[in-house]
Amino acid sequence: MGKRNLAMALSVLVILGCIVSLAVRGLNFGVDFTGGLLLEVSYKQTADLGAIREQLEAEGFGDAQVQHFGSASDVLIRMLPRPDVETAQLGQQILKVLQTGDVDVDVELRRVEFVGPQVGEELTERGGTAMIFAILMILAYIMFRFQWKFALGSVAALVHDVFIVVGVFSLFQLPFDLSVLAAVLAVIGYSLNDTIVVFDRIRENFRLIRRGTAAAIMNTSINQMLGRTIITSMTTMMVVLSLFFLGGEAVRGFATAMIIGIVVGTYSSIYTASSMALLLDVSPADLLEPKKDEQLDSLP
Amino acid sequence: MLIAAVLALGILIALPNLYGKAPSIQVSRDDSGEITDAATMQIEAILNNANIAFSDAFVEEGRLMLRFDEVQAQLRASELLRATLGKTYIVALTLAPRTPVWMRTAGLQPMSLGLDLRGGVHFLFEVDMDAAISQRLDIIANDLNRALRAERIRRNVRVSGNEVRIRVGDQANLDRVEEIVRDYDEELDIRRVGVGAEEQIVIRLTDDQIRARQDFAIQQNTITLRNRVNALGVAEPLVQRQGRNRIVVQLPGVQDPAQAERILDATATLEFRLVCEGENAFEAQRRGRSLNVGCELFYDRSQTPVLLKRGAIVTGDQLTDASQSFDNGSPVVNVTLDSKGADEMLRTTRDNVGKLMAVLFVEQSRELVERNGEMVHVNRTEREVINQATINGVFSSRFQISGMDVVEARDLSLLLRAGALAVPIYKVEERTIGPSLGKDNIDRGINAILIGFGLVVLFMAVYYRSFGVIADIALVVNLVLMVAVLSLLQASLTLPGMAGIVLTVGMAVDANVLIFERIREEVRNGNSPQASIHSGYAKALSTIADANITTLIAAIVLFAFGTGPIKGFAITLSVGIVTSMFTSIIGTRALVNFIYGGRRLERLPI
Repeated sequence: MGKRNLAMALSVLVILGCIVSLAVRGLNFGVDFTGGLLLEVSYKQTADLGAIREQLEAEGFGDAQVQHFGSASDVLIRMLPRPDVETAQLGQQILKVLQTGDVDVDVELRRVEFVGPQVGEELTERGGTAMIFAILMILAYIMFRFQWKFALGSVAALVHDVFIVVGVFSLFQLPFDLSVLAAVLAVIGYSLNDTIVVFDRIRENFRLIRRGTAAAIMNTSINQMLGRTIITSMTTMMVVLSLFFLGGEAVRGFATAMIIGIVVGTYSSIYTASSMALLLDVSPADLLEPKKDEQLDSLP
Repeated sequence: MLIAAVLALGILIALPNLYGKAPSIQVSRDDSGEITDAATMQIEAILNNANIAFSDAFVEEGRLMLRFDEVQAQLRASELLRATLGKTYIVALTLAPRTPVWMRTAGLQPMSLGLDLRGGVHFLFEVDMDAAISQRLDIIANDLNRALRAERIRRNVRVSGNEVRIRVGDQANLDRVEEIVRDYDEELDIRRVGVGAEEQIVIRLTDDQIRARQDFAIQQNTITLRNRVNALGVAEPLVQRQGRNRIVVQLPGVQDPAQAERILDATATLEFRLVCEGENAFEAQRRGRSLNVGCELFYDRSQTPVLLKRGAIVTGDQLTDASQSFDNGSPVVNVTLDSKGADEMLRTTRDNVGKLMAVLFVEQSRELVERNGEMVHVNRTEREVINQATINGVFSSRFQISGMDVVEARDLSLLLRAGALAVPIYKVEERTIGPSLGKDNIDRGINAILIGFGLVVLFMAVYYRSFGVIADIALVVNLVLMVAVLSLLQASLTLPGMAGIVLTVGMAVDANVLIFERIREEVRNGNSPQASIHSGYAKALSTIADANITTLIAAIVLFAFGTGPIKGFAITLSVGIVTSMFTSIIGTRALVNFIYGGRRLERLPI
């Protein structure tokens, strides 16, 4: 807890950085949110992106984004919705364009995703609503189990985590699609896990240890839980790293979000949540049940 | 003991997942009826005569499944069956799980795989509600126009935006016009707008009517799509309403989405025609046509020939509704026509009481066929007689068709609705996963799960020693239980779903870590081993409950707001949390008690 001012300063700095990045560069939203067409094609040998772009441009698909996906022979082609053309039919057209050419190319269509613009809008809305809803529900639950100062502290930690994860995605312009959103929500749940474990110990110590300032007691509690916090983060990290390296391109965004989330979440459980509560002047009295007070008062 | 029972049950339910899938064929009837035993024997005989060996044949949900040991046999069999069985049966290639007979009869099945693991096509269609409403308004305007003409009222009936406006030549007629509109349909929103010579009648659809129209449009298109999907010969297709105005179509295993789309794109309509009586239809069939130039040869669903008069009495776009109900205990189909259709029907029935009238279902689609080495688009029209009934009386806009059993009545009303003027739909979402990607995804997913699992198991055993091994056993049980519950729920497993399983493995250890760290602390504080175990479990319990419940909240929110693959993730996460709470707390406790309970311990190997 001694280092908490330093930690707070660091957190605030990082969050500011994230906000700036979000404002300036925004997120690299996937097709799920913007609508449009996404094609994943696989060539037998290394794919020449430049040549592909030329092919597409010649047929009037010059606005397509072409990039490698996972390996040198897999290519991802993305097109935003066009107002005039029936985007739904484009997938097959583009494939045909790629298949014809000077050399007889062996192109395999691995995946097509077409999302109409309204569906994209809806998903964006739902995603945002889901996040807010989850945070509210959790706020309510913690207020019920602990006390409102703790609740605010934990929500502060959560918001801190979400901002940083999303901020990193914005900074590096990593693709942000539906599965990344799912990962962010999972991070919320996971980070909360950590925070609650710490709070639980704080509550117990507030009741047991009668001497010392609130800050000191919280410090002790956090130190006691440090072992467990690190170990759980490690085991979950092991598993997520396994996903990151072995799960393939499709879950890479998800795994990345989880990795960042676990690191930040652990950090926030140790520093942010309790600091916030301390700022709000939390004390053992906040957690004492009213019955106990009455008993004390009735003693001679 | 409860735990042992749950574990045994879990293993049993999860077992089908180990068996893998075999190349198979699914044979189903074109009319969605159940396949008969006679047909099953016939099909088996065909295969036996051609010396094509199949490992298994069973009927599931009215469809015949044939399993083969190798793909060659499967392909030969499907070609043979398609050639010999004709149009009444649909033959589809699929992969069927190799579950042994006794498991199947017990209702045990492996987990259901989502599209991103199986490969296939997913479409989401939206009903064009604006078109639906304007269609209805057009019909109303036409009908009212004819009604007013019959009364010789000078009028101007127009559809303007989402209203029908009626102006009259002589304002004195306005009251009569309003009366006529109310007689026509009293639920419409009818108003008088304007003053004096400018006064008009404005008609709108009420919200209820719009909603009803929307429901009808969705139903109609769902039925049509389902019929067409069945004709595609896809195993386990999904055609379902999604939300207020959308329909989702999922076709697992389909390789060519373009073809699927074309077939789904067909237009259906129907015609009511008089039957040509006085000539033997079978003779006409032999001859290939009718003797009478005014009659045409058609076939019904069981390939029986029927002769119908040329020219339709009423066509599908004049049909406004068809529903099934009971009249005096017998199933009937109620048909409603618009006023033009009603006039024609009146005229025909007046002159033909006692004669037969038939319903002809017409389907037009475009197909890509090979002609002279090139792929060309051809329009295909299919016509089939779906019903014949005697004209019992004179009727016009509303009548009943009776003389069928319940199943026939239901099918007829469905087809009538499918053939009525279709509300257009357009595609708002499409996802295609190629089969190779599906397989890759499964392989990768399983790999990630196994390796992640292995790492955690190793770590726990090393760090917590014998208690760690206990936690590992709990982890294995957890995984088995998760697979069992997912198999039971038959919820689709997706790639994010597998990620959820991986995540649960990582987080499930958390509960055990909490307990074990607590036990260590108690030991450090000088408590006896047994007491430490006891208080370790007791104190950690509320923390574990709190922590897991909050993650569960996040998972439930994800489930509520998510779609498709994300829902899969939410499900595996939720299931995982519940099973992990069970195994970590109760499971390990029981094991610990079993090993260490009641003994006097010097040190705790933790």
